[in-house]
Amino acid sequence: MNQDIYVVIEHLQGQVADISFVMVAAAKTLAQETGGQVVGLLLGHNAQEMAKTLSADRVNYLDHPALAEFTSDAYINVLSKIISAEAPRAVLLGNTSIGADIASALSVRLGLPLVNSCVSFSADGKFTAQICGGKIMTEGSLPEPTALATMIPGGYKPEDGQSAQPPHITPVAIDEIDDLRVKFVNYIEPEAGDVNISEESILISIGRGIQTEDNIELAEELAELLEGTVCASRPVVDQGWLPTSRMVGKSGQRVKPKLYLAMGISGAPEHIEGITDSEVIIAINTDATAPIFDIAKYGANIDMLDLLEELIDQAEESKGG
Amino acid sequence: MKIVVPIKLVPDLVEELTINDSGTALDMTWLRLIINEFDDHAIEQAILLKEKSGGDVIVLAPDGEGVDDMLFTATAKGADQVIKLIGNFEDGVNSHALARAFSDVIKDLQPDIVLTGVQAHDDQDGSVGPLLAEFLGMPYIGYISGVDLENGKALTKKEYPGGLIGEMEIILPAVLGIQAAEQPPRYVAISKVRQASKTSAIDEREVTDLNQSGGPIIDRMFQPEAGEKATMIDGDEEEIAAKLIEIFEELGVL
Amino acid sequence: MAQTTVSKSASFSETFYSSLFDVTDGERIRTCLQCATCSGACPFGYLMDYPPGRMIGLLRADKFDMVLDSDTIWMCVSCFACTEFCPKNIPLTPGLLTRAKEEFLLAGTIPQELQDAFENSQRYGNPLGESPRKRADWAKDLPSEVTILRKEKRPVDVLWFVGDYPSYHPRVQETSRAMVKLFNLLNVDFGILGPEENSDGDSQRLAGESGLFEVLAEKNGKVFDKYQFNEIITTDPHAYNAIKNEYPKLGIEYPVRHYTEFLADHLDELQKLLKENGKTRVTFHDPCYLGRANDIYDEPRALLNAIPGVDLVEMSHNRTNSLCCGGGGGGMWLDGFQWEKAHTRLSEWRVREALLVEADVLAVACPYEAPRFEDAAKTVKGAENLIVKDIVELLFDALAT
Repeated sequence: MNQDIYVVIEHLQGQVADISFVMVAAAKTLAQETGGQVVGLLLGHNAQEMAKTLSADRVNYLDHPALAEFTSDAYINVLSKIISAEAPRAVLLGNTSIGADIASALSVRLGLPLVNSCVSFSADGKFTAQICGGKIMTEGSLPEPTALATMIPGGYKPEDGQSAQPPHITPVAIDEIDDLRVKFVNYIEPEAGDVNISEESILISIGRGIQTEDNIELAEELAELLEGTVCASRPVVDQGWLPTSRMVGKSGQRVKPKLYLAMGISGAPEHIEGITDSEVIIAINTDATAPIFDIAKYGANIDMLDLLEELIDQAEESKGG
Repeated sequence: MKIVVPIKLVPDLVEELTINDSGTALDMTWLRLIINEFDDHAIEQAILLKEKSGGDVIVLAPDGEGVDDMLFTATAKGADQVIKLIGNFEDGVNSHALARAFSDVIKDLQPDIVLTGVQAHDDQDGSVGPLLAEFLGMPYIGYISGVDLENGKALTKKEYPGGLIGEMEIILPAVLGIQAAEQPPRYVAISKVRQASKTSAIDEREVTDLNQSGGPIIDRMFQPEAGEKATMIDGDEEEIAAKLIEIFEELGVL
Repeated sequence: MAQTTVSKSASFSETFYSSLFDVTDGERIRTCLQCATCSGACPFGYLMDYPPGRMIGLLRADKFDMVLDSDTIWMCVSCFACTEFCPKNIPLTPGLLTRAKEEFLLAGTIPQELQDAFENSQRYGNPLGESPRKRADWAKDLPSEVTILRKEKRPVDVLWFVGDYPSYHPRVQETSRAMVKLFNLLNVDFGILGPEENSDGDSQRLAGESGLFEVLAEKNGKVFDKYQFNEIITTDPHAYNAIKNEYPKLGIEYPVRHYTEFLADHLDELQKLLKENGKTRVTFHDPCYLGRANDIYDEPRALLNAIPGVDLVEMSHNRTNSLCCGGGGGGMWLDGFQWEKAHTRLSEWRVREALLVEADVLAVACPYEAPRFEDAAKTVKGAENLIVKDIVELLFDALAT
């Protein structure tokens, strides 16, 4: 019985998506238990280069003009034939705009059970999945003989799915892909302009505690040293001190940075709504009872303006030496 | 143009969720249900399509607490027909079972296009939309934030990360998984919903067999450990700044 | 009547105009002088495309549908200033503005923030979207236990209708806790409804959602029916207004007082418990729904004057021409929208008025006000030290024990 773990590689506009590396890392854990190989499935057209950084045992590369851009129909067509023929132990797909478009169809077409939204797998082949916005976790064994699973990020670092050594790449011929009912037309690029804070990894967020427009310079200085971006809670934007594109919260944007430094922000519910996906929240506020401290990982009860100057000095030292 | 919108109710996360005695599923007794937010967008998109290009909008939902109100709200927004699926839904059904149940009813309706929410937060075995598409033998595109209809085809805008949009054409009949309607779901005055409940009807269809195969078997369902309050850093600005620099370095930010 | 050759069917303006007569004294609108006092008295009148006076002009010109094309109606905070000053006593707030907002709602065009508040009110019984089961959590861990009627099922003297913000908003919960202490010191036998209580619905009604108001009122009415009590006391002027003036129209009738009336009644007893806490200059902001809407101006002042050391001063807008904090009529849920239009907040104007009379303390008596004025004080220059407190909290602070 085939004990390999297949990973459907996701890529867009010539770039391999992070989730692909996460899945390869996950596949490696699973493959240890099953004794099989980690096999990347790369579908595309003139896209072989993208397989190079995958830390898989091998990559099956399927080239066809109809696969030049992702479409659900073409991918389902090709993958269903492969999975049906080769019956691997598991197939991992991203719970993304690419993977989620095809996983369910494969489940029905091939009669294979599907486990959605997996975060990680254990050494003994169990999955841990996350639902209800992260409030509920589930555990179970991967169904046999072939399991389909979609993954979300968070359980593995993309670096663990990458390798300097390219994997063995096998071109695989495809039969004609006909009767395609979905056709890619073109991309519409996002508007150029101010920063998109929802994509930023380091955010220095300021609230009423900044007190004057001039003080924002200090926040900008710190942001520069940390290679981050300045954003704000509503009152600052209302004053016209920062554009609305920088507003975080219910009426602004949801952010998911690695670091969210909330300075002079009390933590009203409308603001909290926008930051719950942050990895680490650090809160600075003169009010020790501010609700922001309920969700922050670290906090300090000090005036943000006093702290900013000192933080900038020390950060400069740490960088420049 | 027949636009069919299957929707479902999901656990409301405002309330505390509890796990049942066997430890493998949510305790349904105290669960408050609300319409899946993405399904609400699907209804809105359907009404917008009807306003743009004409047609009939048919909304379907499985029986559950509050479903009548939800369906009358759809009627008040402009749905032409609302259908409630009657079956053994109280203990919760997975997406595969719901998709099968929907496909039996929707087949007979012979829709031109099916709109449904791209996902729901309680989807343990995939989402209803793409499963339904396969049961109906229709093509599917998900993460849709714009739809235009033209001569047997739909031109859609599919959302990718970072604000990138992929324009895709799909041949009808088809199923679309809606991420966001072209405008936020409209408000309908409660007096209008009440009026709808007095002047219009909810059709019913029986669902006899809820086949749940296709989902995972859960050994254990649990809640992650509750978060704690912030670890407070003491000292004057020098000491606090120093500690913060340490944390930044640990995080790989400095 | 003369025969017309062109068929005459009622226009939107006509239908709308006639509907106004259903409001108590609504027909007085026919006597409007077009003097524009209403538009001038309105705190945001200068920003509206169609302030009240102009709306009536349009009605008369059979062009009321033009009003539906503008969104500035949502600047109205239902503060009753127009109604108060109309020389012909036209009930403008209920008899024009609220009705107009209902039309907007039926047409489906309302700002998103307001929509969220309505949906939350319907789903969770409160506009904040908080879990109904947690409505009485503020009363846990208090030195004395608060009777929740569903658990204790006994008759009480006073049913204390707490309200949405006093139950859920962290700042206003402090007022609720202070109230408990005062009730206990005065040996008041009271109970609360806790999770069974729903939003009074008044602000939602004034923002145009009459259907929602009816649903909420009916729910509350059913709960009131279950229990035995002599009167309802509330700390919220909006709930007071609803229960006193609007619920009876739906057949829900109970004696109700605002806490200032209740405490003023017990003033002699209360006085003995108060001690001086230092000299403070206090000014009182008349809430719209206590003052203009219900003519209660003296009782709050009596309470403040009873606190030893308090020097009560009046702001330039006081009593009948008090300046709204901006929270009523849906204003609490239109902050973003109103800010976009005005780039100022009524609460900030009010804080400046308090500073002009050199007040140390801005005293309030409505749950919307403490959070609104405290937020405003943070951005108004010179207001960093202004203290905002509900009368209940000031009494609590002055207790001798």
